[in-house]
Amino acid sequence: MDANELLNWARGPGFDIALVIFIGGMLLRLLEVLALGKKPDLSAPRGSGLSGGLRTIFSRFLPRKQVFDKEPLRIVNAYVMHLGFFVVLFFYGPHIPLFESVLGFGWPALPSGAINAVGAVTILSIVAALIFRMNSKVLRFLTTTGDYVAWLVTLLPVLTGYLAYNHMLLPYTLMLALHILSVELLMVVAPFTKLTHMFSFVTARWYQGFKAGQRGVES
Amino acid sequence: MNDQTLGERLRQRGVSRRGFMKFCAATASMMALPPMMIPKIAQALEQAKRPSVIWLSFQECTGCTESLTRSHAPTIEGLIFDHISLDYHHTLQAAAGDGAEHAREEAMKAHWGEYLLVVDGSIPLGANGDYSAIAGISNLAMLKEVAAGAAAIVSVGTCAAFGGLPMANPNPTGAAAVEDIITDKPIVNVPGCPPIPTVITGVLAHFLTFGALPELDHLKRPKVFFGQNIHDRCYRRPFYERGEFAETFDDEGARKGWCLFKLGCKGPTTYNACATARWNEGTSWPVEAGHGCIGCSEPRFWDAGGFYKPLSAPFNNIGDTILTAGAAGLAVGAAAAVLNRRTKSDAVKNRETITIKDLSKES
Amino acid sequence: MSAPTVEKGIQAIKGQIDATVASYFSSCVHCGLCAEACLFYTETGDPRYTPINKVEPMKRIWQSEYTLLGRAKKMLGLSKPVDEQTFTDWETLVYDGCSLCGRCSLVCPVGNDISDMIRKIREGFAAAGHAPEGLIGASTRAVEIGSPMGVKLPAVQAQIGHLKKDTGLDAPLDVQGADYMVLLSSMEIMNFPEYMEAIARIMKQAGKTWTISSKAFEATNSGIQIGVSDIARVLVKRVVDAAEELGVKTVISPECGHAFTAIRWDGPNLIGRPYKFEVKHILEVLDEFVEQGLIRTEGKDDQKLTYHDPCQIARKGGVVKQPRNLLNRIASNFVEMEDGGAMNWCCSGGGGVSANERADELKMTAFKKKKSQLDALGVDTLVTACANCRLTLEEGLEEYEMDLPVVGLTEMLAEYLVEDKKEQA
Repeated sequence: MDANELLNWARGPGFDIALVIFIGGMLLRLLEVLALGKKPDLSAPRGSGLSGGLRTIFSRFLPRKQVFDKEPLRIVNAYVMHLGFFVVLFFYGPHIPLFESVLGFGWPALPSGAINAVGAVTILSIVAALIFRMNSKVLRFLTTTGDYVAWLVTLLPVLTGYLAYNHMLLPYTLMLALHILSVELLMVVAPFTKLTHMFSFVTARWYQGFKAGQRGVES
Repeated sequence: MNDQTLGERLRQRGVSRRGFMKFCAATASMMALPPMMIPKIAQALEQAKRPSVIWLSFQECTGCTESLTRSHAPTIEGLIFDHISLDYHHTLQAAAGDGAEHAREEAMKAHWGEYLLVVDGSIPLGANGDYSAIAGISNLAMLKEVAAGAAAIVSVGTCAAFGGLPMANPNPTGAAAVEDIITDKPIVNVPGCPPIPTVITGVLAHFLTFGALPELDHLKRPKVFFGQNIHDRCYRRPFYERGEFAETFDDEGARKGWCLFKLGCKGPTTYNACATARWNEGTSWPVEAGHGCIGCSEPRFWDAGGFYKPLSAPFNNIGDTILTAGAAGLAVGAAAAVLNRRTKSDAVKNRETITIKDLSKES
Repeated sequence: MSAPTVEKGIQAIKGQIDATVASYFSSCVHCGLCAEACLFYTETGDPRYTPINKVEPMKRIWQSEYTLLGRAKKMLGLSKPVDEQTFTDWETLVYDGCSLCGRCSLVCPVGNDISDMIRKIREGFAAAGHAPEGLIGASTRAVEIGSPMGVKLPAVQAQIGHLKKDTGLDAPLDVQGADYMVLLSSMEIMNFPEYMEAIARIMKQAGKTWTISSKAFEATNSGIQIGVSDIARVLVKRVVDAAEELGVKTVISPECGHAFTAIRWDGPNLIGRPYKFEVKHILEVLDEFVEQGLIRTEGKDDQKLTYHDPCQIARKGGVVKQPRNLLNRIASNFVEMEDGGAMNWCCSGGGGVSANERADELKMTAFKKKKSQLDALGVDTLVTACANCRLTLEEGLEEYEMDLPVVGLTEMLAEYLVEDKKEQA
């Protein structure tokens, strides 16, 4: 199989398979969660669950001072990693047609050189995340194989994208094929690892926020 | 006349020494050879004898021949082409029928082991090769027969080099490239649909100059012509870097000459000399004309999801895939949900009420 | 009635896992930030006390029972089972190493209510026979005698007698249709009688009718702490029945953290219907009285004092403003403790920890957090509004040889009450 064949497979059947597993898998996980149900809170409400839920979905994007002061580097690194990933994913010109083909509309791209720099920073932050993980007593204790899998499948798309853009290590066509395949790997793995948090953070925050809103307590 | 050297022939046609040296310099630069090689090229070409060339056309469209022969003015490339002894070529030869086949057989006999075999078109392997035949001989049989006595083979055009359009999904004739069939001869692939004329003559010039094929890449393409990435050499590259893309063929971006990536340009994955050698005597090339590169010198460009699909977009209609995915997710999810509900309600139902008597193991 | 088993424990946990728990587990990225919010981790440095690790057995059960991949793993024998050893290993994390303070829930970036999960997993540990002796004893006394500390009605009556004798005030039992039904925690009956006197004075001043139920004077709920809803329901039902029988408008939860959680939030969910009365914390009631001008205070304490927010009242109960309003009325030198309010640090004795003797040493280690906060402030008095916090604080202050009086806010307020002579006459 030559690089072009690999690229064509990745852009054709490979992407279809990955997309079906990604969307189907995430739906499966969502239904698995929702099927377990939640009893309504019968205690006399003090406030609105709805506004509490919505508020918490957004408020948890910011860390509380109390934990930020304890782990400023890790938290800043997590921001860099997440934001860098989003910027590279959503604002690199060639990525936009992918979303356009799903959503039917696109948006302006950022200069590729800037994306390249953000990509490099993102790679460093993902590597740093692993170093933090291996150097913290608590994180070492909590870390499972699944965490390493999730780490790797997150790193690969950014790394291969960077190498492809800069024509490093392998011929461009092959690297591009590997880049797309690594994204597909991420899509296939995501519904079955902690990467489900990309969606479930909304329900998790919603549930805690809803309860807090009804009870008139902070969340 | 057959014994004339190329130099004699050129002078006879009125090409000046100066013009000839210019061509040699251009050839050297195109082949990325150092300037000191120019006199050597000139000397070799001056003294080159007419080589016998047999040109076999199989499943093809004659576009490659058109590309080579349809020059607007007589050029040195054209003259080089004239210089070779083209002993067999369907489209160009005067002889027809048995006469034509006799010419081939005679040339093969006379130059066995020395002639150059040029092939355009792919070879159908399906139905024992019966999809295409010439003079009752299947393409497959003829290729094998002629290749046996060839010094080297030049696969001209993407069909001969990689299978090309006849090989496109679902490949009804079982089309194959020359290199898939002949494995014991030096082969050089000159892909393109069609290839740039200069590239063909360049390869021939190299063969005439050095008596060997040029250095090849992993796809057996001459590195000097196919080592350049279209995207990297594209004059529209700065727009790509700035994130400025034409969205349609008639929008403002298109008029301003912005990058054609989103309109399906395959420049980033295509290796060819178009961006530097250009077409029609350097007049223009596809991207300059406002159309993205279709990647015609790359294997499987014909099955790469469509010429107007951006390289980063998947082949198939995502909407359909999403519907499939949604349906699959709902089906499996519904089954899982039912299972979860049952597990949970069993757990709740079968749970025994706990009283203070049930807390200690000792009791 | 049957002996507790691992199977019963697992079944109870399976029954507890709902969409919220599944969402939480789906979202956890093992970032470990919850550890930094937990005083059992920060004071011991032992990563096993990382909050999310405390519910690891529940995660395993969720995975193997409620997820496709987990089911497949279980069928192939690849999943880590939850067995007797698991319960034994985690028992001390779930009960001794968690005060259900809920601080971790507030810092989790993905919004996991870890504290709620620990409350839920305790159902399984209790069903599996892995509840601590101390909590089993407290629950048994609560159900059989009526109070976890074994306080019976005669003790309450004796206190009322003392009250009448000492002050001339009354604490009327079983008054039909009273405005307020006041609950007490056993600790208030046994250790802090000042509370009843304060209530009597304040109610009298505010001109409100109030009563104590002879059938349900006890506010605490050991069922909540040990994590057995069946027991918690029995205890809550006593209060609900009494309040609805007496037809009171409002039930007042005393200065006790988990009692407020039990009666205010968990109660209706335990009995499966809303109440026919309101439930308020005493500080909410006092703040209302002050706002409405029903009671007035005079003079201010000029000592440097600070307020310890009981977790169940501030963080989980939303009563944060009220104690500050009240304190600022009666104290001129009130200073906030670091992280005061919803992000307060627990006293280390909540959530059943103080009723679990086995956890004493760990509790005192965890208390170092509060100690360092108090050392940094250098106050003369520590005010709080939870009898359990108060006992834990006193115990900790004694352990670390710190000389600092701990006062209940209600009784402190009562001291500055202006007795209106005219109304009395």
